[in-house]
Amino acid sequence: MTQLLLFNLFNGVITGAFYALMALGLSLILNLSGVINFAHGGFLALGAYLAYSLMPAIGFWGGLLVAPLLTALLGIVLEQTLIRRLYGRDPLYGLLLTFGLAFVFEDVTRSIWGAQSLPYQIPGWLASPLSTQFFFLTGYRVFMVVLVLVAVTGLFLILTQTRLGIRIRAGTLDLETVSVLGVNVRILRTLNFALGIYLAGLAGVLAAGMLGLQPTIGLSLIMPSFVAIIVGGLGSLPGTLVGGLLIGIASGMTTVFFPAATEAVMYVMMALVLLLRPRGLLGEHGRLH
Amino acid sequence: MILRERQRTSTAVIWLILLTAPYWINWVGGYTPLGSRVLVLALAAMSLNFLLGFTGVLSFGHAAFFGLGAYGVGMTIKYLIPSTPLGVLVGMLAALAAAMVIGALIVRLRGVYFAMVTIAFGQVFYFVAFRWNSVTGGDDGLSGWRRIPLDFGFARLDILGDDKAFYYFVLLCFAIATALMGLLLRSPFGRTLLAIRENERRARFLGVPVDRHIWLSFVVSCLFVALAGALFALLNNFADPRTLRWDQSGDFVIMAVLGGMRSFWGPLIGASIFVVLQDYVSSMTENWMSFIGLFFVLVVLFFPRGILGMLARRAVS
Repeated sequence: MTQLLLFNLFNGVITGAFYALMALGLSLILNLSGVINFAHGGFLALGAYLAYSLMPAIGFWGGLLVAPLLTALLGIVLEQTLIRRLYGRDPLYGLLLTFGLAFVFEDVTRSIWGAQSLPYQIPGWLASPLSTQFFFLTGYRVFMVVLVLVAVTGLFLILTQTRLGIRIRAGTLDLETVSVLGVNVRILRTLNFALGIYLAGLAGVLAAGMLGLQPTIGLSLIMPSFVAIIVGGLGSLPGTLVGGLLIGIASGMTTVFFPAATEAVMYVMMALVLLLRPRGLLGEHGRLH
Repeated sequence: MILRERQRTSTAVIWLILLTAPYWINWVGGYTPLGSRVLVLALAAMSLNFLLGFTGVLSFGHAAFFGLGAYGVGMTIKYLIPSTPLGVLVGMLAALAAAMVIGALIVRLRGVYFAMVTIAFGQVFYFVAFRWNSVTGGDDGLSGWRRIPLDFGFARLDILGDDKAFYYFVLLCFAIATALMGLLLRSPFGRTLLAIRENERRARFLGVPVDRHIWLSFVVSCLFVALAGALFALLNNFADPRTLRWDQSGDFVIMAVLGGMRSFWGPLIGASIFVVLQDYVSSMTENWMSFIGLFFVLVVLFFPRGILGMLARRAVS
């Protein structure tokens, strides 16, 4: 029983880390630009497939480095051509446009790489279990948690220590003042978007190693990211991180006791949060509207 | 004066087209069930627009209530009583109950936040339908039932075998629902909703209980979407879990936007275009998802006010 509990707890942490990585990217874009990026899951899938195609040439580690960067590059292109037109408009249009993009992404990945799922090769020494007693601790899973930890630490360091990060955070609070102070808001938004998409691409490469590759891989991860943002509180990045981990662990533990409710439990949590604390666990006051 | 007269003429034209559709739709390359589908989805989009266009609240989770109507009628006919009207009623009541509870949870949220929460809640219903195999049929959907011909005691209307009869049954439901929504929008209640849409803070200062009005508008909108969902299931003799999913909600929103959110009949036009296009494209190519996706992008970029919105603007200038 302890084995089972620990196994599912650890699984929950991994799932939660995924959700958090994806939700952090969504949250970054939403906070600064007010656009809910429905196509985030599409970028995630693209990152995964790019890493798959690059693997023969540059290997696993090269793919891990390059694929998210390429994804972010495409993010910049789409931001320049389409997403930019949505800034300052009714959030309805952002939802609809990125919703359409998500369709296009899924269809394009399907026609390039096929609808059937593809295996993703990870280095042999990462695939073996670390301990005979705790069989579930394969190197890759531990590696993933560590990598997510590094990525999240890196993100928070960027946001608190670099000029770009400080400007992003300031823009989240009051973009107009930031603009008046002489910051080029256009570039700021583009870089911020690219940063968010980079996280999606990274999550994609990691997900590919664990779940394999499917065109729908992004779609299955985007709803939990929404829930993570709502539970954690709109406008708060630490909240998003906490929210992602919480719902991941909750669904991991539910698998032990009531497998049919694995997906439903996060929505129950969301309902509870909305009932007791509508602005979310760490949400700031007054950001509801 | 002229504007009102013009409105009356266009309403008359719309009803004339809808009433005669089964008699000319085959000539223009369609078929009667396609006409029924347009009506059903138009009813869904118009109900959504009650909330979206006339209250100014963005719900992206209406598919959940559409699906509740669909499964309500299907499960009633399959497991309880073989009666079409009772099934529709059960579907609508189920959606009503769900909308009242969920509405109470989310009524304080606005804008992006409201949209995200409605999407997420919608998914709950999808997962229930998807996972609860033994009752809902899971991924395969709820089949093994058919719509039951209407029996009035003195007369019988064979909506099962006769496509035209079913079309007029749908049209009757559509007429009742749209008439009720139209009346509501003309009433002081409807005017208050418009006031909230235009300036929520001012409405609040004037003593309007804003949250209660938004809740009511949400519930009304969900109730009629459920009616549309029930009719949709009757049309196909099948309830599909995909009717509950978020992409279905997105379809409703794009229909409303494409036709024109600010006008009462806009979503009908949006739904006609969308349904005909979808029917045509999915028969032509396998990559219909890309087409629909690009269609969304193009509508946002070039028709954000919708077709009727653009016409109205041109008429003014």
